[in-house]
Amino acid sequence: MSAEMLQSLPQSPGVWKQAWLRLKTDRVGVVSLYVTVLFIALVLAAQLGLVAKDWQKEVGVPFAAPHMVGKIADGTQTATVETVSGPNIDISDVDPLAPRYKEWAERAAQFKTTVTVKADTLPFGADQQGRDVFSKVIKGAQVSITVGLTAALLATLIGTTLGAVGGYFGGRAGDFLEWVYNVFTAIPYILLVFALAAVLKSGPLANTLGSGVWTVVIILGLVGWTGIYRLVRAEYMKHRSREYVRAAEAIGASHASRMFTHILPNISHVILVQLSLHVVGFIKAEVILSYLGLGVPLDMVSWGTMLAEAQTELVQGKWWQLATATVFMATFVTAFALLTDALRDALDPKLR
Amino acid sequence: MFSYILRRIWQMVPTLLGVILLIFLLFKFFGGDPVEIMAGVKSSPERIASIRAQLGLDRPVWEQLWIFIQQVFSFNWGKSWMTNEAISEIFRTRLPATLTIMIPILLLEVVLAIGAGLAVAYVRGSLTDRAIMILTTVALSISFLVYIIVGQYLFGFILGWFPVQGWTNSVWKNLITYAPLPVFLAVLVSLAPQTRLYRSFFLDEIGHDYVRTARAKGVTENTIMLKHVLRNAMIPILTNVATNLPGVFIGSFLIEVFFSIPGLGREILVAVNRSDYPVIQAATVYLAALTMVINLITDVLYKFVDPRVTLK
Repeated sequence: MSAEMLQSLPQSPGVWKQAWLRLKTDRVGVVSLYVTVLFIALVLAAQLGLVAKDWQKEVGVPFAAPHMVGKIADGTQTATVETVSGPNIDISDVDPLAPRYKEWAERAAQFKTTVTVKADTLPFGADQQGRDVFSKVIKGAQVSITVGLTAALLATLIGTTLGAVGGYFGGRAGDFLEWVYNVFTAIPYILLVFALAAVLKSGPLANTLGSGVWTVVIILGLVGWTGIYRLVRAEYMKHRSREYVRAAEAIGASHASRMFTHILPNISHVILVQLSLHVVGFIKAEVILSYLGLGVPLDMVSWGTMLAEAQTELVQGKWWQLATATVFMATFVTAFALLTDALRDALDPKLR
Repeated sequence: MFSYILRRIWQMVPTLLGVILLIFLLFKFFGGDPVEIMAGVKSSPERIASIRAQLGLDRPVWEQLWIFIQQVFSFNWGKSWMTNEAISEIFRTRLPATLTIMIPILLLEVVLAIGAGLAVAYVRGSLTDRAIMILTTVALSISFLVYIIVGQYLFGFILGWFPVQGWTNSVWKNLITYAPLPVFLAVLVSLAPQTRLYRSFFLDEIGHDYVRTARAKGVTENTIMLKHVLRNAMIPILTNVATNLPGVFIGSFLIEVFFSIPGLGREILVAVNRSDYPVIQAATVYLAALTMVINLITDVLYKFVDPRVTLK
């Protein structure tokens, strides 16, 4: 058959294209896709320094209220007026610093001073130090979403590799990996997180990793791979003796080639859905770890550190940081979760 | 039955040994130097040598592993590095507070979620059902933390229904005064996902033939739900409760931190912050063992819930 004839034949769309077509008909899926893409764009923009670069700048008065609430007049600023009642006692002859006052005043005059006006209200209010909550929540989105995504990628990488080896080869290697899986799942999740946090905090790795977000990513990735491993292993066991894999073997494909170029694309939809399920879980976990002081360091901001700060602010009646962080996080998490559902339905229509 | 339990216990051995090995290697090769943690950076060589000898750090690695295994099985972990309190004493004094929180959470969660799940399954497909499903989706996406912060503020601070936090030595006073708010909030948080899950269990059962048969012979819908469907859904419910037990640990641990309840979870978190390794190691190994035992008990319980199940 010549190339032109092949071209003229009706082509059936590929798996991914079919999935895309199905996803496009799902209205909830499309809306959640838009929201997710918007957030990812924000994260990228923040990463490149286009938005929320000056989140640490104190642009408002402490606890500046949101525009809709208006300026706070709480009466704490009532100025006391000093009245002169007589001349001060002249102590310049006993004050040892008296001769230098003039010199200091001259030196101080050499510095330029600028008056910065701090805003009384900001769109989403300000925190205790007068930092803009809106910038913080965007910067926080960057950190939280990046942590969630990279941790999910790490967990997927570990889970997929081990699951592929365990499911494809079976035998001794498979038994060994099953043992490792049993060991990891026997330990309650939170305790494994705590143990890893303790080790990474004070161990020799603490210096290389620093107290940065990477510690959180590694902890979550090392703890979270087990579910993916289990699923990928089951898929590989199902696929390893299928005809297309035997055919690949017949034409001399190596084990690695059979595992990763033949089987992997056929189960990639399972992995993609798992990846996206884990993102949501890890974002929630990051929030809690940061609150407990095991997550994002103090000089950075994430949704978790914002909520932790908000706890003390709430008692003083400053609810805006809590509300903003909650709304942003809930929006992203809901959209991402709905997108995952839509993705699963689109990739595997047989499931319904 | 007896031989089944024996075999299952025998199968636990390699897993438990794996847990011990994992924890040992993790702290041995990736953890900090115990001497540095205990004695500080500035310390006399004699003191360092004495600490090393005391902890057995001067011996070969396999001998240290052996000491570690002996510690696990003799329940003798020595003393905390930071407070010098015996580890067994820490467990003995902190566990009651954790249980005071955890057991009510577990019981209320299961009972309420079964009730809510049944109710939602009963009105399946209606507007109420869909509204509740949307509500639970949104409720799920809000962080656990937010519920705790807002709940503590609203019910403890503004409305004053409960004390904001506190704890005493008397179990009854704790249960009546201090536990209700944490328990209420924890149950509230877990209700959304649990209701969704139990609803799906009940809907699976409702689709079966026996339900249609029961309807055909004129059994009332209430009897069908409470007698036929509920009993048959017990198996997935039981599995779910068992798999959720570690989750209840997590929940009660976080609750302890938020409400400053002197339980095991808060103790472990404090130990993490102070690099008090023995406390973390002991908690991890024993709670892993406990999880395995709970899994075994669940599998045996299947037999009682569903006589068709054969334990092999």
